[in-house]
Amino acid sequence: MKRSSWTDYQKDIADDNYYYARSCIRQNFFPGSEKVFLDILSKDLGRNIFDDPLHTSCTGIGYHSDVVPLETIMTVVARQFALMSEAGYENFTSSCITSFGIYTELLNTWEEFPETEERTRENLYKATGREFKIPKNLSHTSDVIFHHREEIARKAVRKLVNVHTGEPLRVVEHIGCHYAKIFPKKGVGGSEFPYVLAGMVESWGGEIVDYPERRHCCGFGFRNYLVQANRGYSVANSHKKLESMAPFKPDFIVCNCPGCTMFLDKWQYTIAEMEGTTYGQNGQGIPVLSYEEMAGLVLGYDPWVLGMQMHQVDVEPLLDKLGVEYDPSAKYLGRNGKYIGRPERAIVNSCSEDTLYKIRR
Amino acid sequence: MKHVIIIGGGIAGMQCACTLAEKGIATTIIEKDSDLGGKIRSWHVLFPTFTPADQVLSAVRHRLAKAESVTIKTGCEAVKITPKCVTLSTGEELTCDAVVIATGFTLFDARLKEEYGYGIYDNVVTSVDLEQMFNKGEVRLTSGLTPRRIAILHCVGSRDEKVCQRHCSKVCCVTGVKQAIELKKMFPAADVFNFYMDIRMFGPGYEEMYREAQLMHNVHFVRGRISEVSPTIDGRLQIKAEDTLTGRPLKMGIDMLVLLIGMRSNDMNPTLEAESGLKCQPSGFMQPKDSFLGNVESPIEGIFYAGAVTAPKNIGESINEGTAAALAAAEWINK
Repeated sequence: MKRSSWTDYQKDIADDNYYYARSCIRQNFFPGSEKVFLDILSKDLGRNIFDDPLHTSCTGIGYHSDVVPLETIMTVVARQFALMSEAGYENFTSSCITSFGIYTELLNTWEEFPETEERTRENLYKATGREFKIPKNLSHTSDVIFHHREEIARKAVRKLVNVHTGEPLRVVEHIGCHYAKIFPKKGVGGSEFPYVLAGMVESWGGEIVDYPERRHCCGFGFRNYLVQANRGYSVANSHKKLESMAPFKPDFIVCNCPGCTMFLDKWQYTIAEMEGTTYGQNGQGIPVLSYEEMAGLVLGYDPWVLGMQMHQVDVEPLLDKLGVEYDPSAKYLGRNGKYIGRPERAIVNSCSEDTLYKIRR
Repeated sequence: MKHVIIIGGGIAGMQCACTLAEKGIATTIIEKDSDLGGKIRSWHVLFPTFTPADQVLSAVRHRLAKAESVTIKTGCEAVKITPKCVTLSTGEELTCDAVVIATGFTLFDARLKEEYGYGIYDNVVTSVDLEQMFNKGEVRLTSGLTPRRIAILHCVGSRDEKVCQRHCSKVCCVTGVKQAIELKKMFPAADVFNFYMDIRMFGPGYEEMYREAQLMHNVHFVRGRISEVSPTIDGRLQIKAEDTLTGRPLKMGIDMLVLLIGMRSNDMNPTLEAESGLKCQPSGFMQPKDSFLGNVESPIEGIFYAGAVTAPKNIGESINEGTAAALAAAEWINK
């Protein structure tokens, strides 16, 4: 793709000293991603990042489902900022795309309507006795990885290249609606030709796949999923994307948003069960990675430390292409070797019955 | 001998100089490009008569060549204008008895409508690019093949608040119809679709041409905007749109997308306002003294307007305004 517009959408991304806000979905479904993000920042890149146990959900899921009023979410967000100020930080980085969208939206609201900021300050003080400062820098955690992508490339132990063919891996990137569709200038590359994930993939040797439904929503869409009767609509959106990308034969999908990572991964199982259709090569699913996992693989982290056993679609075919050495028998062993359980076999998974791992119970 | 400086050597400025010369008034044309003619130079044929643009331009050039006391300064711009003096970008100061501003418009940059992928995807072209292809006598895809299905999108950079261009560029609708007919003549087997918000056929013969496009050339018209363009696996383009007459979304594979880019106000208008005390309209085009009785006059006596500097206009209107501004300037300096 002849990208020319992404350079018009640059944003300031702090280089160091981050206050980290976790994601409700990511820490539950992809806990290794958040852990490895902290490790990459502090251990590999030597940056200072504060993982504050005091912060809460931003209540974004409730906000977008109409159960949390605007004034409430403003006060909750103000409390997060107060915690950041109290911890001595000025650079706020959020793991969740929905949260990032909300922080961006509320900061913009406060700028456009200063009376709402005043009211929020009052509400926060009455409720908690806290005061807050506006962050000097707000970024999504993918912005932070993007900012350090060349340094990661220098420390990389492998590239996003098929070790068997020497060809760059073909990657579908999905940035998530709330990253840049609401405020295009707050996302690296804007909303039409976003570059935050594409920049990482290109710096690490992969090749981006552009396809007709690239901009389409993954299907999460809060009410699409949270209201059980609407879930068919959610699946239909993922189905549309997967149908569209499949002819391009991507090696994996990398997602920005925790929700998108989850839905593009798990709905592959659902579609396979409903229709018997799989979208990956060799009749399996297309592995779906978070960008933290992608960075972790490039830097040589163990896939099971990255939490990739939590995926619906098995990642082993991708690991084999990358030449990653892994211990199959350790896949379902958690911390301290504790067996965490093994999911039932599914059509989107790669491992046939005769290659089932010997689980050390 | 009285002397009028004309800023801009497009069709309106050239016509203005011809008329002033016929009145025995000396003129100096200031043109920023290396040649006179303006944007019509890149046009193929003109609506609704399909008259070659070069034929119209050559006629005016011919008259200008024969005119006496016309000085042409190309490759320079006016940076400050008063009724008695024009300061050039070179620092040179030219004295005069009146000034006609005929600086025209600036073409909308299609890259700003990122969703259409201009400059990113192959075979997404602007109406100006297409005219240049017509001029070369060859419309081809980047693969070298001929297009089988072409979509023409109206109002790119016009009537669009998102890109701060609320005005109608007026001539794009008829240009879309004209280009569709030219494409059908070139590729009779191709499907040509016009995606529009409204079809505004304001001029004589325009409505007839619109009907002819449908009846004689089988050009398709879909009332709806294209929302985005994407590449397909076979190297074509996929467009998404809404057909607002049937109330349904549509997805279509096409070979070529033509963006009818609008006229926006000239980039130098804010400088004119700041440096010369003239006024811009909310659209950015220059504000004439009066919309009915002083269309070619500015609020400053001795400074006149001609052509698309005050609003989007077609070639005929621009030529007429060149004449009108010349007559108004001649009348003023002979008072």
